[in-house]
Parts: sequence; C-alpha cells; structure tokens
Amino acid sequence: MENRSFVTISGHSKENILYLIEMAKQFEKCTNRNLLQGKIVATLFFEPSTRTRLSFETAANRLGARVIGFTDPKVTSSSKGESLKDTIMMVSNYADVIVMRHYLEGAAKYASEITNTPIVNAGDGAHQHPSQTLLDLYSIWKTQGTLENLNIVLAGDLKYGRTVHSLIMAMRHFNPTFHFIAPKELEMPEEYKLYCHEHHIKYTEHTEFNEKSIADADIIYMTRVQRERFTDLMEYEKMKNIYILRNEMLNCTRPNVRILHPLPRVNEINYDVDDNPKAYYFQQAQNGLYARQAILCDVLGITLNDVINDMKDKS
Amino acid sequence: MSENKQELQVAALKDGTVIDHIPCDKLFMVVQILGLEDMTNNITIGFNLDSKKLGKKGIIKIANKFFSDDEINRISIVAPHSKLNIIRDYEVIEKREVQMPDVLVGIVKCINPKCITNNEPMKTIFHVVDKDKCVVRCHYCDKEQVRNEIKII
Repeated sequence: MENRSFVTISGHSKENILYLIEMAKQFEKCTNRNLLQGKIVATLFFEPSTRTRLSFETAANRLGARVIGFTDPKVTSSSKGESLKDTIMMVSNYADVIVMRHYLEGAAKYASEITNTPIVNAGDGAHQHPSQTLLDLYSIWKTQGTLENLNIVLAGDLKYGRTVHSLIMAMRHFNPTFHFIAPKELEMPEEYKLYCHEHHIKYTEHTEFNEKSIADADIIYMTRVQRERFTDLMEYEKMKNIYILRNEMLNCTRPNVRILHPLPRVNEINYDVDDNPKAYYFQQAQNGLYARQAILCDVLGITLNDVINDMKDKS
Repeated sequence: MSENKQELQVAALKDGTVIDHIPCDKLFMVVQILGLEDMTNNITIGFNLDSKKLGKKGIIKIANKFFSDDEINRISIVAPHSKLNIIRDYEVIEKREVQMPDVLVGIVKCINPKCITNNEPMKTIFHVVDKDKCVVRCHYCDKEQVRNEIKII
C-alpha cells in the first residue's frame, strides 16, 4: 500500500504544492463538508500545542470526521516508558489517520515508516512543521495572486525559526528573492544559505530593520525574538526593541505587501499594526484551517476532483 | 627484509581476506564495525606496521572469510582508502578498494541528541551526501555530520 503521509514539505514538487493550494481554496469556498464522514482522526500531541491541535481538530470536525487523541503525553503510556513505535502501532489499529506532534526530530518520518496508516506531521521538534508551511504558502498565494518572483522579507529569529527554514525550501520552485533580517546571534544558519546557493535562490542579509529594509517587500514574515535564545541578556535588551514592526514603518511599503507571522507574537509586531489592512497574521491563522483540511483529505486519498464534485452536489 | 616478512605473513593465509592500509587510529573501529569480536575464524590483527603510504598502518587478516560488498563497504566511513586482498589457496586472486555506499544503515550514531534515533530502539539510516569529504545526513532529522564527528554505534 502506498503511504500518503505528510511529514515534510521539502520533498513536494511544485505541482503538488499548487495542487494542495488549489484544494485549500476549495475548502475556503465551502468549509463544512462530509468528505471524511465515518473516518477517525487521531491527534497525538506528545508536546502540547494548543493552536495547531485546535486547527487540525477543527479541520477534521468540519470534514465530518471524528477525533480521538491526547493533548498531553503525561496522561499516556509514553510517560510509563512506552516507545513511540508501540504507541503508533496501537493507535494505527483505531484511527484512519494520525496527526502527531512530537518533541523529537524525525519522529513523524519514523512513524510513517512503521505503519500503513497515514501520518501527518504537526511539528517534530525544531525540525519540520509542514502544515504551517502550506498555510504560509496558501496565504502568500492568496494575497499576491501568485507564488512566483516575490520579494520576501524574513525578520527576527532566523536561526531557530523552523517556519522560515521550511518556507525557504518550499519557495525554491518559485524564483523568490529573500531578505534575511536578523541580529548577528540569530542570523540565518550557514546550511540554509548553502541551500539557497544550491537552488539558485537569491538572498540578501541585513542586521538593520527599518523602513528602508522593508520598502520593496511583497511579504514581510515576522518571527519572535526569544529571550532564552540569547547568551548575553544585554544583547537581548538591545535587540528586542529593534526588531519590532510599527505601523508608521509601513507608510512607504508597497500597496500589495502583507505581514505574516506564525503566531504567537509577543512584542515584535506592535498592536497598532493590527488595524492596518496590510496586517494579515490573523487571516493567515484562519487559512491554516483550509490548508489542514486539504492535507487531511490528501493523505486519505481524496482528490481535488472529489472535493470539487462534492461542492457541486451541494449547490 | 621486513617488507618481505610482511608480504610473507599476508601470503601465509591459505583462504580468506586481508584488509590492508587501515589508518592506525581507525583499526579498532574497523574491528568493531565488522563485528570481528564475535567471529570464530582465525584472525590476525596487525597494529602500527610500517607503511610507505601512511607511515604506520593497520592490517587485518581473516581466514576463510569473504565479505560481501555491503558488509565490507561499511568500513569506508572510517577507513575510506583501505585495500582488500582476497586470497584463495595462498594466491591473491582479487584486489579492490572499499567503496563508500550511498546509504549507511545501523552504523553511525546521530550527533543530534534530539533526534528520534537516539531515543527509540531503532536502526539509524544515513545518506552519504559527499563521498569525498565523507558528509552524511541523518535520514530522520536531516542533521549533517562530517567524518571527524562520526561516532559508530
């Protein structure tokens, strides 16, 4: 049996990414479906993540599936020393698809190799978070009308921010120009710059975050600068007020620019930006629902045609 | 004279395999990778022997043992330029160099403590990214490591 697991975005072809985006679009048109009626979706959260879990569970519920799972590994056998393999084998007997979040890197890939039940990676440590990437791509596509030839500013913590790393890899098909803006301590790791070279992705690097550095952007992708990442807290105190996006900085930006953020934000986007039509982070989170509906359907073998025909039946 | 003696020792094997030109500091890793501790064959291990190429080298002679490519290529990760002599009836019938395989299963330990392979009872899998520089990438967490970082399980 072909395992249709969704564990990483970097392996997806351009066609496949556009296909999933098209499917997400269909779900945005009509969200409540019964495409997964009779199916059981297991959400195994070995590490708590309220936002991602709620988004996946909402997606499952709006597709007519039922949801089982746990939100905290403390209440499961893994706290008794059960291996991941045993947990996955056990749950495979019950569920049609397993959505899993794990604190260990590579956990989802391993799970997908030991069971025929499709696995959806809802984040594995600092490694991958592909459903976040798909919703980021969908948000970019929706606000810009295309994924091709865009100017994308990535600002904040580029060292540990897995969402920005996955985004770079997924965008390689679409000829982007990236602008990495980060303090020295949190600059883009060498391996991703090397990845850009290998895939002929254009990028520039800056440490200054100001009106000038965002003037040409089509997308400004903000990430949180976390206090615990700094060895020198003096440095953190200096940095935390530099990498803040304020409303007045947006005056000279392009009219089509949109501000994205994987959320939760702390103080890197000032609250006065929220009412600016260029702010898009809350809609972005909503797009997560449609992206995850598309992912759940795809791993369960439901095609774009099925989704389109299902809507015709409704109207 | 001493050169001759070494030749003689090699030739003294009736049937089996001689692994030559092993860097001294990697000799016992090679022993471990090939699982020689668990063999009942007659095995000679030479350590700190003189070598024109390496200065000092290690050598292993295993009687009545003929490795498959998959078995022997596992040592390429620590001793990439080792030479293999296949002996039958006191004659060297084949000489070859070990080849770096594309995939290493159950040999290398991942350096990432948060990798699933370091926390589950499972085999590691590494993809060889660069055979010359000996760069390997973990199949699970994608972390890359180079030769001097590599630890054998």
